[in-house]
Amino acid sequence: MASQRDSEADVKESHQYGELERALLNDYQRGLPLVSRPFAEIGKELGVGEEAVLAALGEFQGNGVVSRVGATLKPGAIGVGTLAAMAVPEDDIERVAAIISARPEVNHNYEREHDFNLWFVAMAPDQSQLLRALADIETCTGYPLLDLRLVCDYHVDLGFDLQWASQNAIDS
Amino acid sequence: MTPWDDACHKPDPVDRAIIRATQGGMPLSVRPYHTLAESLGLSPSEVMSRLQRMQDNGAIRRIAAVPQHYALGIHANGMSVWDVDDARVDELGEQVGMLDCVSHAYRRPRHPPQWPYNLFAMVHGRSRGEVENHVAEIARLLGNACHRYDILYSSRLLKKTGLRLGG
Repeated sequence: MASQRDSEADVKESHQYGELERALLNDYQRGLPLVSRPFAEIGKELGVGEEAVLAALGEFQGNGVVSRVGATLKPGAIGVGTLAAMAVPEDDIERVAAIISARPEVNHNYEREHDFNLWFVAMAPDQSQLLRALADIETCTGYPLLDLRLVCDYHVDLGFDLQWASQNAIDS
Repeated sequence: MTPWDDACHKPDPVDRAIIRATQGGMPLSVRPYHTLAESLGLSPSEVMSRLQRMQDNGAIRRIAAVPQHYALGIHANGMSVWDVDDARVDELGEQVGMLDCVSHAYRRPRHPPQWPYNLFAMVHGRSRGEVENHVAEIARLLGNACHRYDILYSSRLLKKTGLRLGG
């Protein structure tokens, strides 16, 4: 498997994945089986050993292809959250972004090309704590924010199909 | 059969502790649920049955690898936003959510006049050109129910962590 890549840096550029890696990225999206040795179970399906599965996943995490192997939660299942947007002048964006990213309630923070150029997701155990966090952020940054609460989630979540990403790997 | 009321279920403190422990990433060990159980002072069977229950009632969608699209060669990440007739947004949002190029589709409130959009669809592609082709496909699907739209490209990822429950 080590021969699949020449160096860590090349992985991100060339996406030279072998069959096992591709199968893992796609099939593993369906979820980790709830059995005592889930990686052995996945290996059985893919016709490889448990160690090979663990090694490949460890490598994905190491080189950043996969950020983590973890639980994806239904929005609102635990606590309350929102997507917030802020319009911040270009020359103040570093200061504001740092304030927002430092908040423990914030788990995603993106800069986007738009008048509303800072977008972040905030979560808290309950509504009052979330509102307090948003109000604090407005006070500390000095800018108002748009609170864009989820009204409805339309996505039928079957795992994000990475087939076409693998296709891209072949193309490049 | 364990009686289980999906609608009323709220994860209890033990469930929350398990979620908190898995959100940061599952241990890549031979018996990951055992490793998790040990760190939480629970039995492996309890950890597995609680995770099963939370998946059955929908609190957890799945436990899986969370891909980094950038690292996979999906370089353009466009958040498309749409101003769609309120009367039709749910029906059309469902259809947009089913498109292969869309990873998330949500209805969110408008904040006029600054923010007229009520439908969000995350579109991924290898290039902006590819994202724009996908967005054109969505525009065709929405037809005259859509009054305007925009695409917001991410220029920088400033923070990404697993969920934090706080408190």
